[in-house]
Parts: sequence; structure tokens; C-alpha cells
Amino acid sequence: MAHVVTLLLLMPLVGYLVVLLNGTSLKERYVGAVATGVVALSFVFAVVAFVLVLHRSNREVTVHLFDWITVGTLHVPAALLVDPLSVTMCLFVTGISALIHLYSIGYMRGEKDYRKFFLYMNLFVFSMLILVLANNLLLTFVGWEGVGVCSYWLVSYYFTKDAAASAGKKAFLYNRVGDVGLLIAMFLIFGHTHTLTYLNVFHVAGTFSPTVATLTVLALLLAATGKSAQIPLFNWLPDAMEGPTPVSALIHAATMVTAGVYLLVRMSPVLTMSPDGRATIAIIGGATAFVAATIATAQKDIKKVLAFSTVSQIGYMVMAVGVGAYSAAIFLMVAHAFYKALLFLGAGSVIHSLNGEQDLRKMGGLAKYLPLTFPTFLVAWLSISGIPPFSGFFAKGDVLTKVFEHNKALWVLGVVTAILTAYYMTRLFVLTFRGTERFREVTKGHDPHESPWVMTLPLVVLAVLAALGGLLNLPWAHSSSLAGFLDPTFGFVPAVSSSSTIAQWGLALVDVVAAVLGLLAAYSIWRGVSESPRFESPFFEHVWHWDDFYDDVIGRPLTRAAQYSDDVIEPKVIDGAVTGVAVATRRSAEGLRKIQSGFVRQYALAMVLGVAVIIVYLVARVH
Amino acid sequence: MHSSIYLLLLIVVPLAGALAAALVRKVQGLAYALGVGTALVEMALALIVAFLYNPHVKNAQTYDFVTRHVLSAPFGLAYDVAVDGISLLMVVLTALVLLLALLGSRDKRREAAFVGWLLALTSFTMASFLSHDVLEFFIFFELTLVPSYFIIAGWGGAQRAKAALKFFIYTFSGSAFLLIGILYLGFAHQHQTTGVLTFSYSALQSTGMTHSTAVWLFIAFAIAFAVKSPIWPFHTWSPITYAEAPTGGSIELSALLAKLGSYGLLRFAVGLFPLALPTMRPIVLTLAVISILYGSLIACATPDLKRLVAYSSVAQLGFITLGIMTGSKIAMVGAVLLMFNHGVITIGFFLIIGFIERRRGSYQIKDLTGLQGPAPVMAALFTIVMMASIGLPGLSGFVSEYLILIGTFGTHAWWGAIATTGVLAAAAYLLWAYQRVFHGRAEGANASITDLNFKERWVLVPVVVLILALGVFPKPVLDRISPSVQVLIHHVAPAGVNK
Repeated sequence: MAHVVTLLLLMPLVGYLVVLLNGTSLKERYVGAVATGVVALSFVFAVVAFVLVLHRSNREVTVHLFDWITVGTLHVPAALLVDPLSVTMCLFVTGISALIHLYSIGYMRGEKDYRKFFLYMNLFVFSMLILVLANNLLLTFVGWEGVGVCSYWLVSYYFTKDAAASAGKKAFLYNRVGDVGLLIAMFLIFGHTHTLTYLNVFHVAGTFSPTVATLTVLALLLAATGKSAQIPLFNWLPDAMEGPTPVSALIHAATMVTAGVYLLVRMSPVLTMSPDGRATIAIIGGATAFVAATIATAQKDIKKVLAFSTVSQIGYMVMAVGVGAYSAAIFLMVAHAFYKALLFLGAGSVIHSLNGEQDLRKMGGLAKYLPLTFPTFLVAWLSISGIPPFSGFFAKGDVLTKVFEHNKALWVLGVVTAILTAYYMTRLFVLTFRGTERFREVTKGHDPHESPWVMTLPLVVLAVLAALGGLLNLPWAHSSSLAGFLDPTFGFVPAVSSSSTIAQWGLALVDVVAAVLGLLAAYSIWRGVSESPRFESPFFEHVWHWDDFYDDVIGRPLTRAAQYSDDVIEPKVIDGAVTGVAVATRRSAEGLRKIQSGFVRQYALAMVLGVAVIIVYLVARVH
Repeated sequence: MHSSIYLLLLIVVPLAGALAAALVRKVQGLAYALGVGTALVEMALALIVAFLYNPHVKNAQTYDFVTRHVLSAPFGLAYDVAVDGISLLMVVLTALVLLLALLGSRDKRREAAFVGWLLALTSFTMASFLSHDVLEFFIFFELTLVPSYFIIAGWGGAQRAKAALKFFIYTFSGSAFLLIGILYLGFAHQHQTTGVLTFSYSALQSTGMTHSTAVWLFIAFAIAFAVKSPIWPFHTWSPITYAEAPTGGSIELSALLAKLGSYGLLRFAVGLFPLALPTMRPIVLTLAVISILYGSLIACATPDLKRLVAYSSVAQLGFITLGIMTGSKIAMVGAVLLMFNHGVITIGFFLIIGFIERRRGSYQIKDLTGLQGPAPVMAALFTIVMMASIGLPGLSGFVSEYLILIGTFGTHAWWGAIATTGVLAAAAYLLWAYQRVFHGRAEGANASITDLNFKERWVLVPVVVLILALGVFPKPVLDRISPSVQVLIHHVAPAGVNK
């Protein structure tokens, strides 16, 4: 077990080092193969680890690698925790990463920094695996920051473009705000438990006072809102779409942005101690799901729609965490990874076929030109919209059922968001694949072409997963489902839902009605429409003016304060005070000016002479 | 106990090198070769000491390589040297700074003199860190001003005369308080004991004093060290000085000499006047937090790269001061580690800025755009140094900063919480500067710059290796620092905080 997990972790690092150290002596076409191969190997090891965990009675294994930091009472080993949760994360992270790496071989062909792209991608997977496998908060933080910095590099991959450079910086800074939360959470936990190791913290989590528990949970929530793009820190994610599309699929849809949810789920024993904190989490999640969905209805860039859709879907996951439905959150995370990665890769295939065009207004009628992209995208569309029997129906339904048991108001918000989700996804689908062809200008009259097999194969695999993902966690197969596998990790006794079967069918019916409603509405509005911006509220399109608000309230005042400090306070006030003292002294002793002009050199000379005298004196004394 | 001959060599070798450089100044290039040779010997000696060092030679003490010779009893003068876990890293840093400053910033104007002053500066700094006698420390601490002054005034930029004068007056005024404090302490000790005048550190640690005396003496010491560090509001000499000094001088001043300030604060101000701590702690902690925030704020607005690093250093030294003053063992160990890490990171910054200046004749941010295009290796190495400074886990800066913050949070939660926002500020000013200098499309003179050459890359290798090694596996270093910090804390607060 220890070897398997260590290899699982190290494979992407090996790939990184192989590509880095070989430099240009490794031909470019092998770079992609090496990078993809190591991640695929990681996936194989993850499967082995999963089987091993499945057949153990004690499903928590700690793998100690080495002592990292040891000072006083602070012991932080580099050690891994293998349990159902981390293995589940590893499986879908490595699996989807491998597919997206394969896709990137085709998508990134011909890019100037091809090698660097795969370096960052491998480093990203390595960091992500550290994040999910760490056995303590601080090591998780290593992965947490690692994925953040890889995201920064990959978003600003086209660094000669100002928008890309700014977007990378924005992503990093918004995440840093969240990081402060994670740091504070760690400090609070260490202050009360003298450990950062998960299992040790969980043992004593019951002794947290309500105040400390709530502070800790709020700090963790701040961290999660940064990494997982939730209110109030969500607006870096759409900008991050400046990165290459495979990056958006891997980092900004399937894996990294779900890290915040993972963190909250991992810390569930502490969350349990603070009902107030959990309520806050649920509200933030619900609000984000709704707000982001409204914004997605009015975006014109295909990737921006998907970005806000991701924010909205993660909102569902966060809401699930808030009501204590941890395995439902993970289920949606996995299903979402399947269909959202598929949506991004499909969008990438579309963009690829249109020479880089991302504007929905310049697409349309692409179905017949993209024979593989179209049907796979169709599966993803139905899945995220919540149409049975695709995975999204089961995953979102699971979350909404659990929310219904806790809070009816949030449930209503969730259902409204589900209508919006079906609406904006259908709008995107129709504008891209149906209706009139509006892309001739972009393609200079040519027919768009389907992508090479390295790009379409991942689409097909993901389409199968997105279609059948619901099987992971069928509501009537509890003991052999994902929830049955995960729940012991959260200290739950596997139990059937408290809602009756009838109620569950009823809720499922509501979900279906909501999905169909949104779908039909969008279809009837957008079918055959090309230019007219109906139902695209400028308020939604401009992200509820969130960025402007931050600029006005934080960005500009801080910049002005910095400039003022540099121009006035530093030279005039602080330095001025000191200089003032010196000037006053000089004026009061005008007569000493002559001496003062040569002051430094004379002093230095005096000093050297003084030392020389001392040395001579000493030498004389010794003899 | 290991022989103290190594420490004597550490002090004498660079001094001898300086004299030799002066003698061979007529021969083109020989002084430089001699300087590099000396620096290599010094580095080897420092590494030998670092590996031989054993913290467990004596009960309740962690000093190794100890020796004491009284040179003049009437004046209380002594040659008294020792190394413990707190000074050990500084010894290595001193040697490293010399080597990299020489290799990374060759200046052919009056080269022999430049090399000579650098070597002399190394000798004096080394002696300061090795001194186990307060007066001896003071003498060498003051002596470092002389070579520093001549390096700035002789090889600096357009405003070098102003910068050198400002540097000298500030630091010299600060030390005036220190000298008065030391003399007072020595005489007080003489009166209390056998009447022998001594400035031995261990002897003075047992000087009895009232609370108010302790506070006044602490203030006298702390002012000198706050200027040197520099800590807000005593910092205004540093930006102009770092900016005007030649690359080698900037490295010496900020990577190394600044540490004399924090080292002095920890060893002498805290170590000699524990009685003053309850009164002084909140004040100094507050100044430290202001340094972090204020330094970061101005770093956002400052127009050139050297000043940016200078203000970033004000913030970093704020972190160090925070760690020193909290009384938490974890934070103190972090502070000692950050003294070293900040040194290494700053070497990296100033070397690369020097390489940029060599190519573009400017280190003004507005003159530079898109350098990552023509110089990807330079950009990559700058990124590593920058990320270490931002505190990216896995790199050296993170470990030290994290230890300081988690320790501080345990004893002084509010100061710790506010200081934690400093990690956000560091990312803001550094990433913004990076974007302006390295991102974007390079045009004109920026487009035609060459990437780092073979030698420039190799000079940066030790910096990168140390950044990675101390980030991933800091244990050997932490194990050397911890026992000495434990001893110091035990002296400062026998039954006090030990978290």
C-alpha cells in the first residue's frame, strides 16, 4: 500500500523532472507522451490503491515519508493519509488529468512554449495529489499553494497578452485572500489541539468551544471561497479563462477549483461542531449557485458561460457541505468533473475548429461539421441540465434532496438555479450547434474541421462517464454506492435518507420538471436567433458589477494610499522628521559646519586609527 | 568542544585577503582572482564549522568552538568567540554573500580596492557574529561601517555621496546609544561583582538591574538594532542606500548587514534585558507589524526594482522582529531561519536586478517590459526567488514565515492575525512588479536583450538550491537552531512561555 501510494504521488513529479532535465534534447512529440504517460500511470496506481483500500477493514492508512518541520510542539511530517475520501479524489483527479493531458497533445501542437505547458501541467497534478493525499493541514496547504501557482503560470501562459498576465495575477491574489483564511484556521486549530494532523485533530474536535469552532469554520470557508471561486471571491475564475482551454478544463473546472469543497469535507468533524458556521457555508453556496447562474445566462463568450456555470455548480457542492451532505458534495464533484471537463474540451474542440473564435454570436450550425464533438457535447449538455438518466440528474438530485431535508428556502433557491442552469446550457448548446451558420467570416469561408483523435478520444471517454456517472451513487443501492464507501470517513453510520421513498420520487420529479422547463424555454427563445441580445441583462453580463465594486472600494483606494505614502508620507513626514532633527541641530551649531562637511571621512579615519592603536597596544602587551 | 582555530581563521583569512589585494593592485585581474580564492576558502571554513558544530557539548549551553583571551583587563577588552545555533547560519551567510557578491557583480573600476573593501567587510561582519563579548561585538559592528561607506561612496550610482552620508549618519547615530548602553552595563556589572571590568556576554547576562534600568538599556540597544535592521520608522536610509549602492554593496547591506540588526536584537537586547520584555514587547511587536504593512504598501508604489526589494526587506525584517519578540520558541526559531532565508532570497533578487541593469542600463520598472520573451531563463530564476519571497510552500521563505506566524499567533493572536495579511501584500507587490517587468510584449531595447549567460546562471545555482533545499528539508537546520533558542528562552523566561 505505502509503495503504491508513493508511486501514485511521485509519477507526475518524475514526468516533470524528465521533461525539465532533458531540456531540448527531448523531442517535442515525446514531451506530450511522457507527460501524459506518467499521469496515466498515476491513474493505474490509484486504481490499485482503491482496490487495496476496498479490501481492508481499517480504511485509514498513514504513509510516513519524512519529517518535514519539527520545532518545539510543532511536528509536521510529510505523510500521506490514504482513506476512502483521498482515494476517491485521486481516482478522478488522475483519470481526468490523464485524459486532458492526452487532449492537450493535439490542442497545444504548434504552441511556442509547448514544453513549458506540459511541465506546468505535470507539476499541477503532483500538487493536486499532495493536496488530497496529505495527512495534515500544512501539507495540504503545500498542495493548495502548488496548484495555485501552477494555475497562475498556466493562466498567464500567453504572457505577451496583457489580459492573460493580469488574469493570472488576479487569480493568484484572490486565492491569497483565501489563503490567509486557511492560515488563520491552522493557527486556531494548532492553538487548541497542538497538532495539525487530521486524524489527531478529529479525535479532539469534540472539545472545541462553539466560538473557536465557528471562527475556525469561517476561516476555512474563506479559504474555500478563494480556491473554489465562491462569493465573495468568485470573480477571478472567469478571467482565468485567458488560459489555454485544456487548462480551463483541468484546473478551472474539474480539479483545483473543487479543492475548497474537498477541504471543507475533509474537515467535517470540525464543521460538525459549529451549526452557525455550517449555516453560513450553506447560504454562501446557495447564493453563489444562484448569482453565478444568472450571470451565465448573459455571457457571450463560450468559455465565460462555462466558467460561471462552474462557479454555480461548485455553489451546489458548498451548499451540500453546509447541510452536512458530504458524500453528496463529493458525488456532485465527481459527476461535475466528468461533464464539465467534457464541456470545456468540447468547447476547446469548437474553438479549435474556428481558428480560436470564442464568441457564441459567431458560431451556430456546427453540428454537422463536428461529428464527434457534437454528440459528446450533447451528452454533457443533458447531463448538466439534469435530464435523467445522465449523471447530473442523480448528482444534483442527491444534493437537492439533502438540502430539502434541512432548509426549504435554500431548496427553492436550488431549484430555481436548476431552471437557470438548464436555460443557459441550452442557450449555449443552441447558439453553438444549431441555427444558422455565422462562422464563415472567422473560417474565411472554409468548413470547420473535426479535431484529431487525441482530442476526440478523451471526449468519447468523458461522454461515457458523464452519461453513466450516476451509477456511482444510485439512491437505491446504498451499501455499494459512493456514499456507502465514503460515509464512514465522516463518522456516519451508513443510513438511508430520512425522506420517505415517495418524497424522494416527488423531489426527483420536481428536478426533472425544472430541467425541462429551463430547457424548453431556452430552446424556444434561442432557436433560430443569432444577433438579438434578448434576455441578456447587462447587469448579469457585467457580473452584477462585482469587479467595479471591488475596484472602487479596495483597488483604487489602496493604490492611491500606496502612491500617497511613497510621494508624501515617506519623504516628507518620516524621513523629514529625522532630517528635521539633523537640520535643527546644524542650525543651532552653525559654527561646527566646517567640521561637519568632512565629518564622515574624519570619523572613519579616526576609527581606523583607533583600531590600529588598539591592535598595536595589544601586540605590545602580548610580547 | 571543537578547536576555536576555525573561528580565528574565519576572521583572519578575509582580512589577510584584503591586505593581499591591496598589495597586488597593480596587476590586472589578480586582486579579483585573489578575492574569489579567499571567498572560496572562507566558504569552506564556514561549511566545516557548520557541519562540525555540536549543540550538546556542555550542559545547558549550546556554544561550540569557544575561546576567551583577555587582551586588556583595565579596558575590559577581550578576544572572546563562540558559535551557537543562532549565529551558525549567519556565519554561513556571511561567507556565501562574499562569494556570490564577488562572482555576480564584477566591477572593474579600481577593482583591487573594491575587492579589498568587500573582504574587510566580511572579516568585520564575521567577527561581529562570532563575538561572545559585548564590547568586542560593538567594535566590529562599528567597523563594518567603514568598508560599507567606501563601497557605497566609491562605486555607487549618481546619488552615491548622499546615500553614503545618509547611511553613515543614521547607523552611526544609532550605535551611539548602543555604546552608552554597553558601557553602562559593563560598569554596573563591575560594581556588583569582583570589580573586574568585563564585557563577557555570559557574565553580563547575570547582571542584576531594576526594571526601569532594564527598559532604558533595552531601548538604547534596540534603537541601534532597529536602525540597522531597519525597522519602521528608522528605515528611511535603506531604500536610497540599497538603490545607490553597486550590486555587490546592495547584497552586502541588505542580505547580510541588516541581519546584524536582528541578530543583535535577539542576542543582546532580548538576551541581556529579559526584565524589559513585558514592557517593551507590545511596542516592538507593533513597530514590527507596521513595518510589514507599511513596507508592503510602499513596495506597491515604488518606481524601481532595487527600492522594491528595499521596502520588501523592511516588511521581511518586520516578520523577523515579530518572531524575535514574541517569546514563542517556534516563532524565534522561525525568525533565525528567516534571517538566513531572507539573506539568500535577497542575494538572488539583487544579482538578477544587477544582471538586468548590466543589459539595460536601468532598473526602473517603467524602462522594462516583456523580458520573459527574450530572457526566459532569467524570468524563471527570478520567479523562483520571487515565489520564495512570497512564501510559496516548498520553498525556503515559507517555512520560516510560517513558523513565525504560527508561533506569534499562539502568544499574541492579534499581532499574528494582522501580520498574516502581510503574506497577501507580498504577493501583490511582487506579482505586479513581475507583470510589468517580465510579462507583456518586449519592444526595442527590451526585445534585444540576451538571456543569462553560463556564468550568471551558475552564480544563481547556490541561491536556487538553498531555496529548494530549505523549503523541502529544513530539518537539519532547524535541529541546529532549536537547542540554542531553547537555552535563550530558558534564560529570558525560566518558567515563561514555551510554545
